[in-house]
Amino acid sequence: MRAETITPDQLVGACARMKAEGFRFVTMTCTAMDENSFELLYHFDKNLELSTLRLTTSKDSPVHSITAVYFAAFLVENEIQDLFGLRFPGLALDYNRTLYLDEEIRDAPFCKNAAAEKNTAAE
Amino acid sequence: MPVSTIPFGPQHPVLPEPIHLKLTVEDEVIKEVVPALGYVHRGLEKLAGTRDFHQMVQIVERVCGICSMMHAMCYCECVEAMMGIETPPRARYLRLIWSELNRLHSHLLWLGLFADSFGFESLFMQFWKIREKVMDLQEATAGNRVIVSVNVIGGLRRDLSPEQQQTILNILDRVEDEMRLLEKPLLGDYTVMKRTKGKGIVSAARALELGCVGPTLRGSGVAQDMRQLGYEAYGDLAFEPRVEKDGDCYSRLKVRYREVFQSIDLIRQAMEKIPAGEIAAVVKGRPEGEGLARVEQPRGEVFYYVKADGKKYLERIRIRTPTFANVPVLLAMLPGMCLSDVPVIVLSIDPCISCTER
Repeated sequence: MRAETITPDQLVGACARMKAEGFRFVTMTCTAMDENSFELLYHFDKNLELSTLRLTTSKDSPVHSITAVYFAAFLVENEIQDLFGLRFPGLALDYNRTLYLDEEIRDAPFCKNAAAEKNTAAE
Repeated sequence: MPVSTIPFGPQHPVLPEPIHLKLTVEDEVIKEVVPALGYVHRGLEKLAGTRDFHQMVQIVERVCGICSMMHAMCYCECVEAMMGIETPPRARYLRLIWSELNRLHSHLLWLGLFADSFGFESLFMQFWKIREKVMDLQEATAGNRVIVSVNVIGGLRRDLSPEQQQTILNILDRVEDEMRLLEKPLLGDYTVMKRTKGKGIVSAARALELGCVGPTLRGSGVAQDMRQLGYEAYGDLAFEPRVEKDGDCYSRLKVRYREVFQSIDLIRQAMEKIPAGEIAAVVKGRPEGEGLARVEQPRGEVFYYVKADGKKYLERIRIRTPTFANVPVLLAMLPGMCLSDVPVIVLSIDPCISCTER
């Protein structure tokens, strides 16, 4: 799988370039690399060809939302906020980690140190 | 005029599954829409950490019942590409046939539900009566009416005998005849047109900008269908996406109605060309690296991403379902519409909450 590696600072500009070139936003993928670092993939389509942007980030370094460029990203950014605990400043429609989770839940269930994983390990 | 907030769902007569729309209305005109999800989210992707990559086939089949076969096929394609497995030619045709049976019964389900959304109960029952024939075919060929569990990494676990193939063709002849009889009451009926034409319009440019997929995108005039990628045996068959240009509920209805005949045609083409031979390749080792795969489900493009490091469990599986991509367009379709049009417009994207809340 080919992917262009970018820095978080380049993200919004790179997405604006993709949009200007006529790419459709497909989705984002977040993967927890370890307890603190995460990989974000941004997938786009044009004429049935997929293009992917790749960046790495940490919990303490929020990645700017791309919803100002691709509004459709609001759902998946909210999903990643819920499941991985990352934050996306500038998110057009921010559910504040309540898209899937109840307000009182603070754990991020897809993180490496999530309670669910601890339970599995204990089994 | 005072502004009110009205909840639509999560329990609503036209919604078989729970999704909530917070509607801001002025008089009876929609001004703003905010969707709410999460009533039945299952976190199935997380199971990649506790089930090996063969067992994940059964997990992804349960993302959604209606398009279960295509979830498994897309996941298998992704893993097969990562492992360099070439599936036998016969398996590629069999996957196509079961995929199109999935699409047929999904579209027939939707056509019935859509008719129900504007109160055309007899039409709803007619479509579901036809759908039963396809469900019976799935049961007869795969052992299950809904979860068609035929895929394995490397190919398929079931074959179709010549007798079963002939039965499929015979039944599909009847399905086609009965569907033709319903064209006039569906597409030529005054009330149906009144309830669907000019409702929930989205232009081609707006649909692309909002990331729409499937019949929702093709109903706005964009000729994009993942079957054009030629995965499985689609590359061997004559295929053109069904497209309508008006971008309203009626256009999306016509796309799905026409795609029923297209699925029948594709199955007939596949039956003519299907080669003899093995139905599964030998699988050795474990996947390593990253893989992407896309398949055209009844509701549009499904996207699978798999990451693995050669160990027992996958590092990550990511599933972007078509309804997840089509929810944002509701925020553009609904404003300016009358409150009474909301059920019809919401149904017009064929929302599958089971997929969305994977």
